[in-house]
Amino acid sequence: MNSAAFFFIAVLTLSAAVAAACLRQLVHAALSFAVALVGVAAFYFLLGAEFVGLVQVFVYVGAVAVLIVFTILLTRHGTDENRGFNWSGVVIALAVLAALLWAIMRTPALYVAAQPGVTVTVRQIGEALMSDYVWPLQCVGLLLTAALIGALVLVLEEKR
Amino acid sequence: MMTPTLPTFLMISAALFCIGLLAALSRRHAIFILIGIEMMLAAAGLNFIAFWRFGPQPAPPIGVMVTIFAIAIAAAEAAVGLALVIAVYRHYRTTDVDQVDQLKG
Repeated sequence: MNSAAFFFIAVLTLSAAVAAACLRQLVHAALSFAVALVGVAAFYFLLGAEFVGLVQVFVYVGAVAVLIVFTILLTRHGTDENRGFNWSGVVIALAVLAALLWAIMRTPALYVAAQPGVTVTVRQIGEALMSDYVWPLQCVGLLLTAALIGALVLVLEEKR
Repeated sequence: MMTPTLPTFLMISAALFCIGLLAALSRRHAIFILIGIEMMLAAAGLNFIAFWRFGPQPAPPIGVMVTIFAIAIAAAEAAVGLALVIAVYRHYRTTDVDQVDQLKG
C-alpha cells in the first residue's frame, strides 16, 4: 500500500467531511459530502476491494448525492439557512472520538501486518451472492422495492 | 512515512464517524442530519473493509459482502429519508427539525 496516496486520500476525505458538516450553504455541503464519499471509495480501492469502491461511487455519488441535491433544490425557500449551531453536539462528538481513539490505541491485537496481494474478484463476490448470501440478497431486493414504493407514497400529493 | 496499518484505518474511520455524528447532532437542517447519518454508515463500511483486508487470509469475503449490503441499505434509507424531508417541508414549510414539534408533549 502506498503511504503517500494513503496520506493524500485521508486528508482529502476528512477535510471534505468537515466541510460537509460545517458549511453554511447546503449545496456546498452536499458537494463536499460527495467528495468525502469519493475519498472513502478511494480507500476501498487502496484496500483491494475494487468492486466495493465502484459500487460506492455508483450508488453514493451517482444516486444519493444527486438525490440530496434535488431535495435541497425542492425544499429551498427564500430565507437562507443561517440557523444556529448546537455546540453540545461538538462536545459529544469529541467525547466519542476520544473514546474510540483510546480504545484503538489500547488494543495491541490490532497491530498486524497486512498480507500482500489480497484482493477480491467480482467472480468471488458473484459466487458468494448466489450461494451463501442468497437470502440476504432477496431480502435486500424486497427492502429496496418497499423503500421505492414507500418513498413514492410519501411524496404523493395529498388529495384534499 | 510508514505504510498504513490497521489502526490508522480505524482512526480515520473513527474520525469520519465522529464528523458524521457532529453533523447529525449539531445541525438543525434535516438534510444535514441525513448527510451525517450517511457519513456514519460509510465509516462503518470502511471499518468492515479494513478488518477484512488485515484479517487472516485467504478468508471468505465476509467484510466485502457486509459492506455491499450496507451500501444498498444506505441507499434505501436515503431515498425514504429524503422523501420524508420533502413531505415535512410540504406540511410545515420548513426543514428545520426544531420547528417540527407538533408531536412534542
